[in-house]
Amino acid sequence: MDSGKRQKRISSLIVNGTLLILVLVWTIPTLGIFFSSFRNRDDIASSGWWNILPHKEWQMVKEVDISELGLDPNGVMVIEGASGTFDEFRAGVETPNGERVTWIGNKRLGRVEIQAHVWAVNWNFTLDNYKQVLGGQDFEFKKPDGTIQIVPGDNMNNAFLNSLAVAVPSTVIPILIAAFAAYAFAWMNFPGRRWLFIMVVALLVVPLQIALVPILRDYRTLNLNGTFLAIWLAHTGFGLALATYLLYNYISTLPRDILESAFIDGASHFTVFTRLILPLSVPALASFAIFQFLWVWNDYLVALIFLGGNPEFELVTQRMAAIVGSRGSEWHLLTAGAFVSMVLPLLVFFSMQRYFVRGLLAGSVKG
Amino acid sequence: MNIQSDTGEQPQSLWARILAFAGRVLLALSIPLIAFYVLYQGFIFLRDSDAPRLVITLVAIVWGVGGVAILYWVFNSLVERLSDEWTARLLPFVFVGPAMAILSWYLAIPTLRTFWISLFNRDGPPDGLNFFQLLGSDSFVGLSNYWEVINPHGVTNGIMLEALRNNAMWLIFGSTFSVAFGLVIAVLADRSRFENTAKSLIFLPMAISFVGASIIWNFIYEYRPADQPQVGLLNAIVTGLGGAPQAWPQWVDIAPWNNLFLIVIVIWLQAGFSMVLFSAALKGIPDELLEAARIDGATEVQIFFRIMIPYIRGTIISVFTTVVIFTLKIFDVVWVMTGGQFGTHVIATQFYRQSFTNRNSGFGSAIAIVLLIAVIPVMYYNLRQFREQEAF
Repeated sequence: MDSGKRQKRISSLIVNGTLLILVLVWTIPTLGIFFSSFRNRDDIASSGWWNILPHKEWQMVKEVDISELGLDPNGVMVIEGASGTFDEFRAGVETPNGERVTWIGNKRLGRVEIQAHVWAVNWNFTLDNYKQVLGGQDFEFKKPDGTIQIVPGDNMNNAFLNSLAVAVPSTVIPILIAAFAAYAFAWMNFPGRRWLFIMVVALLVVPLQIALVPILRDYRTLNLNGTFLAIWLAHTGFGLALATYLLYNYISTLPRDILESAFIDGASHFTVFTRLILPLSVPALASFAIFQFLWVWNDYLVALIFLGGNPEFELVTQRMAAIVGSRGSEWHLLTAGAFVSMVLPLLVFFSMQRYFVRGLLAGSVKG
Repeated sequence: MNIQSDTGEQPQSLWARILAFAGRVLLALSIPLIAFYVLYQGFIFLRDSDAPRLVITLVAIVWGVGGVAILYWVFNSLVERLSDEWTARLLPFVFVGPAMAILSWYLAIPTLRTFWISLFNRDGPPDGLNFFQLLGSDSFVGLSNYWEVINPHGVTNGIMLEALRNNAMWLIFGSTFSVAFGLVIAVLADRSRFENTAKSLIFLPMAISFVGASIIWNFIYEYRPADQPQVGLLNAIVTGLGGAPQAWPQWVDIAPWNNLFLIVIVIWLQAGFSMVLFSAALKGIPDELLEAARIDGATEVQIFFRIMIPYIRGTIISVFTTVVIFTLKIFDVVWVMTGGQFGTHVIATQFYRQSFTNRNSGFGSAIAIVLLIAVIPVMYYNLRQFREQEAF
């Protein structure tokens, strides 16, 4: 079965090769900004991030003083065996032995570089971008020509804390409320139980856009706009249907006899819920918690509408969108800022991936 | 309300009973009052305080999380003070009530309220009028906001038609490719030794916000004039192959196809989601089935189309609907990348623009209702599934 073996090897090569290409395509975008966030400002602006990989580039080996050569910049000149006009030298002229002669600066005060095409890596890594994007202070940059440019920093620290203050309660509150409701649906009998649950199922896919205008009106009446409570409640409202549905699916499958023996021992519903059901439901709670946390942390629309009027309470996503809008070409800020905004979700994601996947498999459709 | 418990009480003097009753009422009233007072003070502190951001953050977390727990505890202890009969009758509503109240306030009732607002002009229903006066007022415009959505020659020059067309592109290309890539990757990973690494890396974008993803892809699409070194990957590749650099999503010459450069971002984000679900479904296919097919001489391509796809059909449908709903509501990517310019508006960005930038709440609400109508088939499907389960 030699041909069978070879066929197997070929098909495994095809499978792994295709997979590798797809994985690269999926990873390179993130790697691009990851590496860029550590390159200094001028490097990002003047060369692609892939220059951190080994590549051939022109580097100076010798500098020639033009005054020594006694050239006439207005005519055809010969330098190191290469000949050309001033404009041609500005762009670089190759010499017969593979080097390049480049005129830098103007005709009178410029200098001439002899460059060689060599392998190089640009590894000028720095943490300045992160300092600048996190802190609020201004930053000074030395431009290549020696002048100093002052660039305002960006206060991401504040936004980071705000995002935390929004995301943690917006994750825990719906879980708690949904767990109580799921318990009632699973273990209590009350009139309207079936219809209320049908409402939960129907609301699973209702787009939250439907609620924004009326809720904003209510918030104006209640004077809640721009407060943490407003956005917690909004995220709770928009996440609650899914949370109740998922937790009901889990809690209703818990073994009935554990609960019954607790009731016989005289425990109240509240005790059974806090002492038995919550601890037993940790896997389901965790998987929804990750889901909701990522959703709230990454949310932009809800924050824009309910916190939009208050710059003090700006969240990470709003901050980032603001930098894109006002300083969209400052890639040293954008790349570092994007990574700051991703750190926490990525940590949560990688440390709890198993729960997250389980939550997805439990059927997560969010409205 | 029957406060006294009617079982097993020793006969007591009248005064002792009155005192005990008063004590219970006092306790029953003071616990919630104290709780509400503390919570209200916390709210005021959070709204007005100038304390350092870290302190506010910590107080906010403790107040928000603790507050909800306290409220449940308070209501439970109140209800448990009642007679057993009333406790049994009311306790379910203590448990399920807050969830239902919030769901009604935030999702169920707003569908009706938004529909009501959509029947009025830009200022919405005026205050202080009763139902019939409202119907007779000048602000009431009936269904003309909906006519505006589909009318190419209206006041808005049919901007919604462009958004609907773009959303259709998002649905067709975004959903199909997210599902297709997810499926292909799941099948490939299933046969590879690097399954877990590959899946983690493909899945990783799920943790990135739409805003973050927009920045990542903006960097790939970054445009520099042809005589400067390109720092955006796509333009570097294009110029390296001898082409001309473009500002891809802003490239209006190819409209509406420039939308594809935004759709790619969402495919990149969502393929991991569908991959995970397909991967789990594929693992559920019995090995004997695949082996039997191989022994009968089926090629891998045949196995994929004739066995795998029919077998995981249910998963494909549910993944597809999830992705469709996600794609239907797409907002952040478009808003951050182009702001809807260059012919890239979608329903959700027009909704935002009309409702909050143009302050035309009637038209904005009509757009939101269009979005709701679009998900009704999925809602119907979910409800039918639920009724078929008969678990209730």
